[in-house]
Amino acid sequence: MDAVVIHENLKARFGDRIGSLTVDNPDPFIVVDRSALKEIGTFLKDEPGYEFDFLENLTGLDLGDKFVSVYHLLSYKHRHSLVLRVELSKDQPTAPSVSEVWPAANWHEREQYDLLGITYTGHPDLRRIMLPEDWVGHPLRKDYEQPKGYHGISHERANVLDGFKALDDRDHPLPVVAPSKPEADGEQ
Amino acid sequence: MTSYTTEIIDDGKMLINMGPQHPSTHGVINFLVETDGEVIDRAIPEIGYLHRGIEKIGEMVPYPGFMPYTDRVDYLAAMFANESYAMAVEKLLGLELPRRARYLRVIACELNRLASHLVGTGCMPMDLGAFTPFTHWVRERETANDLTEELCGARLTYNYLRIGGVSQDLPVGFDKRLLQYLDHIEPIIPEFNRLITGNEIFVKRLANVVPVTGEEAIAYGLVGPNLRASGVDWDLRRDLPYSAYGEMDFEVPIGKGVRGVVGDCYDRFVVRIEEMTQSIRILRQAVEGLPEGELTCKVPKKIKPPAGTDAFARTESARGELGCYLLADGTDKPARVRFRTGSFAAMCIIEDKSPGLMIADLVAFIASIDVVAPEIDR
Repeated sequence: MDAVVIHENLKARFGDRIGSLTVDNPDPFIVVDRSALKEIGTFLKDEPGYEFDFLENLTGLDLGDKFVSVYHLLSYKHRHSLVLRVELSKDQPTAPSVSEVWPAANWHEREQYDLLGITYTGHPDLRRIMLPEDWVGHPLRKDYEQPKGYHGISHERANVLDGFKALDDRDHPLPVVAPSKPEADGEQ
Repeated sequence: MTSYTTEIIDDGKMLINMGPQHPSTHGVINFLVETDGEVIDRAIPEIGYLHRGIEKIGEMVPYPGFMPYTDRVDYLAAMFANESYAMAVEKLLGLELPRRARYLRVIACELNRLASHLVGTGCMPMDLGAFTPFTHWVRERETANDLTEELCGARLTYNYLRIGGVSQDLPVGFDKRLLQYLDHIEPIIPEFNRLITGNEIFVKRLANVVPVTGEEAIAYGLVGPNLRASGVDWDLRRDLPYSAYGEMDFEVPIGKGVRGVVGDCYDRFVVRIEEMTQSIRILRQAVEGLPEGELTCKVPKKIKPPAGTDAFARTESARGELGCYLLADGTDKPARVRFRTGSFAAMCIIEDKSPGLMIADLVAFIASIDVVAPEIDR
C-alpha cells in the first residue's frame, strides 16, 4: 500500500494525532504524535491490509533542536514498507516503548537509550547495552564531548607524524642536497 | 555490558559467566547464565565488548571515506555491509547503476556469501565437538578468499564497492577460475553432507532443539537464514529485488523440519547448506551473463545529499537483512549512520528462549544462529 493512502486512512481513523506526510524524500515518512504511537503501532501490525509485522529498524536522531525516533516497518505479507517518526523534545526525549507491539524493539530501544539518551517509557529492561554501565553521556548526541579516558585508559594517542616533525625541527637538520643526488653533480 | 563473578545464589543455583572468552561464543560475548545444575534458568546476553562506535565514525568521515569502515561491521561477510552502505548513499543521491556494475556486485556478494556460510556451517559442528568438518570447509574457503583477493586485493575487508558502482573490473581469467572453483566445490557439498549433515550424533544434538516458530521469528526480527529456517518464505533477493538479483533464477530454501520440527537448530544448519548450492547457481548465471558496460555511473565529485533527507537501504546478507540508514544534513558527512544487522536481532531472542535449556543446547543454539560478534556490537 502506498504511503499516501496509508496516511489518509490513518488520518481518518486517528485524527490530528497523525501529523504530516513527507513524500519529498527517498523514503516517505509520516510524523505521528508520541502519545498515540503504541496505539498506531498495534493498529498497523494487526489490521488486515496493513499487517506491518516486522519492525526492521528503530533509530534515534539528534537534530539539534529536537530528538526524533524513527521506525521502519515492513510487511512480509503485503511486501510494503512504512516509516514512522515521533518527534521528541530536546530537554527530555521520552517516547513510549513499542517492545510490547514488536518484541524486536527491545534491544533497539536499549541501544538508542544507550547511545542517544532517549528514554523509552514502559520498556521492560531499559539499561545500557553497548557501553559500560558507568559510562558518562550518550556518544551519538551532537553535543557529546569525548572524555579524556576511561578508568585510567587514555583515549588519546600520540600522532606518529609528530615524530617526523621532530626530526625536521632538530638543531642540526640533515643536509638538504645529498652528494649522491643528480642535481649535485659537478658541484661537489 | 556487565560482568559478574561466579556466585552461588539461593537454592543452590549458580550464576556463571559464559564468556567473554568462550570458544562457543564466536567472538567476545558474555552470557550470564543462571543455572540449576545442567539446566538453565535464564541466560542473559551481555554484549558491547567489540563496540567500536562505527556509527559515530560514520558521522566524522565524508561519504566515500566511510566505505572501508563498513567492512568492519561483519568481517565474515564484508561485501554486504559495503553494499548496503553504497545503496543507501545511492538512494539519497538517486543514482542508477550500470548493468555491469550490478552484475559484478552480485558476483562479489555471492562469492562472499559462499565463504561466509562455509565458516558458519563449519563452525557449528566444531562448537558441538566435531572438528573435522571445519578443517574441510576452511580449506575450500581458502580458494574463495584467493578469488576475492584477485578481485579486490583483500581477503576479508574488501572495500570493493564504490558509491555508484564497483572499484575495479574482473581480473583477466577470473571468470574461468571462478567457474573452475564452482565446479570443484559443488560435488563437495554432498560429500560434506555424508560426512556431517546426515551424521546421527550430529542430528541428535540439533533436531528438535530450540525450535523457533515463524511467528516468533518475525516478532523478534530474525532475518535471513534464521527466519527462513522457521518456515517463513522470505528472501529480499527474490521478494524485493535489488542489484541484479531480479534477473537471476534461484530457489529460496526454507526450513521443513526434515529431522525434527520446523525451525529447530538442524533446520538452521540445513538451510545454510542449501543456500550455498543456490549461491553457486547464482554465481554461474552472473558470470555467464555478465554484460559489457561501465563500472560506475556518473557520481558527483562532492557528495552532498540535500539536508534533511534520509534513506534506508537493505541487502540480504549472509546473516540476513543488513540495513543501512543514513540521514543527510547538507554537508559532505552524514548526520546519522545506522546499521541494522542480523546478528543483533538474533541475539535478543536468546534470553527469552533460554529458560529450561540444557547448557549444551544453549551452545548449539548460539552456533545455529550464526552470530558474528562485531556485527552485534558494531
